[in-house]
Amino acid sequence: MSATAAPRAGHGLFHKAGSLRAERRWALWSAYVSLVIAAIVMLAPPFYMLITALKTSAEIADLNGNPWIVRDPTLENFAAILGNEMFRGFFWNSILVTLLVVVVTMLISIPAAFALSRMRFWGSQWLATGVFLTYLVPDTLLFIPLYQIVGGLGLLNSIWGLVLVYPTLTVPFCTWIMIGYFASIPKELDEAALIDGAGWLQMLWRIFIPVALPGIIAATIFAFTVSWAAFVYPTAFITRPDEMPLTIGVVSQLIRGDTFAWGQLMAGALLAALPPVVVYAFLMDYYVAGLTAGATKG
Amino acid sequence: MASDATIAHAAPVIAPRATPPTTLQKMARRRSTIAFLLTLPLLAVIGGLVAWPAAYAIYLSTLNRRMTAFIGLENYAILLENDTFRMVIWQSCFFAITAVILKALIGFWLAHMLHHIPSKGQRVWRGMLLVPWVIPPALSTLGWWWMFEPSYSSINWLLAIFSVPPVPWLGEMWWARISVIIVNVWYGAPFFMIMYLAALKSVPDQLYEAADIDGATGWQRLRYVTLPMMRNIISITVLFSLIVTFANYDIVRVLTNGGPRDLTHVFASYAFQVGVLSGNIPRGAAVSLFMFPLLAVIAFFVLRGINERTKEIGA
Amino acid sequence: MAQVTLRRLVKEYEGGVQAVKGIDLEIADHEFVVLVGPSGCGKSTTLRMIAGLEDITGGEISIGGTVVNDIPPRDRDIAMVFQNYALYPHMTVFDNMAFGLTLRKFRKDEIQRRVMEAARILDITQLLDRKPKALSGGQRQRVAMGRAIVRDPKVFLFDEPLSNLDAKLRVQMRTEIKKVHQTVRTTTVYVTHDQVEAMTLADRVVVMNGGIIEQVGPPQELYHRPATRFVAGFIGSPAMNFIPARIEPASGALNLRLPGDILLPIPAERSDRYRAQGGREVLFGIRPEHLTETRQGRATYADLEVVPEVIEPMGMETLVHFHMDGTRDLCARLDPTIPAAPGQPLRLTADLANMHLLDPQSGRVL
Repeated sequence: MSATAAPRAGHGLFHKAGSLRAERRWALWSAYVSLVIAAIVMLAPPFYMLITALKTSAEIADLNGNPWIVRDPTLENFAAILGNEMFRGFFWNSILVTLLVVVVTMLISIPAAFALSRMRFWGSQWLATGVFLTYLVPDTLLFIPLYQIVGGLGLLNSIWGLVLVYPTLTVPFCTWIMIGYFASIPKELDEAALIDGAGWLQMLWRIFIPVALPGIIAATIFAFTVSWAAFVYPTAFITRPDEMPLTIGVVSQLIRGDTFAWGQLMAGALLAALPPVVVYAFLMDYYVAGLTAGATKG
Repeated sequence: MASDATIAHAAPVIAPRATPPTTLQKMARRRSTIAFLLTLPLLAVIGGLVAWPAAYAIYLSTLNRRMTAFIGLENYAILLENDTFRMVIWQSCFFAITAVILKALIGFWLAHMLHHIPSKGQRVWRGMLLVPWVIPPALSTLGWWWMFEPSYSSINWLLAIFSVPPVPWLGEMWWARISVIIVNVWYGAPFFMIMYLAALKSVPDQLYEAADIDGATGWQRLRYVTLPMMRNIISITVLFSLIVTFANYDIVRVLTNGGPRDLTHVFASYAFQVGVLSGNIPRGAAVSLFMFPLLAVIAFFVLRGINERTKEIGA
Repeated sequence: MAQVTLRRLVKEYEGGVQAVKGIDLEIADHEFVVLVGPSGCGKSTTLRMIAGLEDITGGEISIGGTVVNDIPPRDRDIAMVFQNYALYPHMTVFDNMAFGLTLRKFRKDEIQRRVMEAARILDITQLLDRKPKALSGGQRQRVAMGRAIVRDPKVFLFDEPLSNLDAKLRVQMRTEIKKVHQTVRTTTVYVTHDQVEAMTLADRVVVMNGGIIEQVGPPQELYHRPATRFVAGFIGSPAMNFIPARIEPASGALNLRLPGDILLPIPAERSDRYRAQGGREVLFGIRPEHLTETRQGRATYADLEVVPEVIEPMGMETLVHFHMDGTRDLCARLDPTIPAAPGQPLRLTADLANMHLLDPQSGRVL
């Protein structure tokens, strides 16, 4: 199906001169055409969100003309949404929850991954498999019992309830990929450390964590993006606007009545999406490494 | 110890002891203790926040609405009788399977195209194509919702250029279903692309060179070199995506919220509707537990695929 | 004070596979001992048991008179150089060498002094600020050795330290290791599968095979007086030729009958040793260097005619491969000026003063 599938010009030794080069050029062209089309489709929604956010309400309401261009760009939607105290509250809640969850996740995942990959003990194989299975359990299967449990703890309508349950989204995968990263550190390195006189915790702190730093960064990015984008749990557990993080806050609180403030809504959504996009833009290689690490395990 | 560091054999030597327990055994025991302590928080998360709630969900699903009495499998029976729920089963499967197939095909195509252009440019293209995956889906779906909006639809405006009549994207059952799939494919295809690209890059060039010398055409190279080498990663990605898509909530919630007339509900959104919004926790738990058998089967195959792949890499 | 003693040392893995089957070995203070053998012979396992990285199933190891069976590696006062160097990738060369001392809470100035001293011995002073990634294979090897030297341990353990280097560097580092040992005089146990490394480095070579020790001795002794067929075949390159033969008494002397009705007279000075073996089937072992082109006037030498199959000119010598009935590939080492061509019959002379006769069943040298 690929572009290289262009049929060969002919069999035998009498190949048309230059056909190989033509074949290559054709492959390259079709690749670029496909990529341009794909990029347009992939980038159209965020682009349209941005266009809308830059329009005045009057221009949005105007049904004449091309909706994909902005005639009269304005930042008033961004100014309005940033001036909205509730929106700033969503932002603050998201930052707080995400930071706490990232820290908790790393504190749980790194030591556990170290123990599972290096300190063989009874049941460690089973536990490693269990970690992966847990990762496959979707949040939509757990939110109802967790709703009861979190409610029982009196943590509904509180960001602390989110800090409690978000680790179910982050810990299994982060532990899993950290096991992979740790396992790729040569065995001789811990033996050298053992002979050099290191204990287990010194080995973890002074050898494993620095050596596996790229993996830790990848896992941190994963934990960050997942916590930031989490939607099911906050939707289920939080109904009070002042405790809402961004995702559910933007979706539920900025949409009210029949006439939507589309410009502000899009500006809010874009701002809410900004942190993961910025992280991605600056740390793309770690991001991709974390994404692909899960399937290959080291 | 710092003071006697000047001579050769200053390092402390533990005196040998003949009586058990020996130092090494103590060390091994100490190692187990440390390992246990290091994994304890993980065990707490897995046990307390995954295993226990899962078991608790099963228990919940056997209660009556007010959670005062045990009613056995009644909730499941009622659900299976319910036409809306039957539709939910059908729609969940249709949605997940269609979306995953499309994501897999588009992802494979894009990965292949990316793999063919000079590696200098790959980073930029990869960077652009992965953007949908990076934006939190609840937020990007808002953008799609706005693009589908009936009176202002910017998509319909584009279609009108080609004289296509306006499409009632979210208003009619089939169009609404298609819309949900479109958004899910848009969001998920980049993930497939990135996984396949990683797999494509792991196929050694010599294999292609050997195939070329053996006289393989482009199609044959794909059929006999690329696909067999990627078989494992393709199946892992597809199965994994099947779980995630099957359990999807964000897109349906934001785009259609189950409508029109409850016709686009999937398990997750219906469980939410029944369990949280209508306050029938036990039945909501029963709805989400319907996902479990299917997920268990898929998880089994994923795990097998991972083990095989680990073995392949290890070999 | 740092002799190493192994007594009836056994290593058994789960499932009952014995990697080391009860070996005894005494290593003297300052001695450089090389454990050599094919892969899977138990040499690495033995070394790792000395290091404390593997549990001991049976027997006893003592270092410097102290039984260390139950002492963890860090308290055994040993240092180890690994095949892949095992340098900490995130630390500079200095920190790599200082790490063991830091963990043992040595004083700053003492660490500084020791690292500088080791760096001077190994000539890596200018590399101290670099990370391992920025070093060549040979330099990494030096750092790994430096890490061992700064500790000034009772025993150095080397686990195939040169196998990751290219051939030229390997020869160079071999000399380097020997030089270092002559400087620091630390008791050393060195594991390798390369018999040339073993011969060139060792005070004594320990040849292991299948979990047991075949023979222990200085390199020259192993070369000239191998005790078993395994040692005879393992030491020396190209390997010793083995030809089935029979000892036949002939009027007060002994002859050796080789396939193809070749009769070689056993030299008088060896005859007494084999007198009792008359009429016995044996293996006739002779090294390629003792199987050379025929020249005039050498009494203890006996001739045989062979047809070369492959000629390998090496420059300083020419290897000729041929075979006889019932043998595998045989090899002779010729003066490069001798004209030899495949298929052209050639007369060779066997230096019977250097022959070995072996029991074909037990493999013992008679």
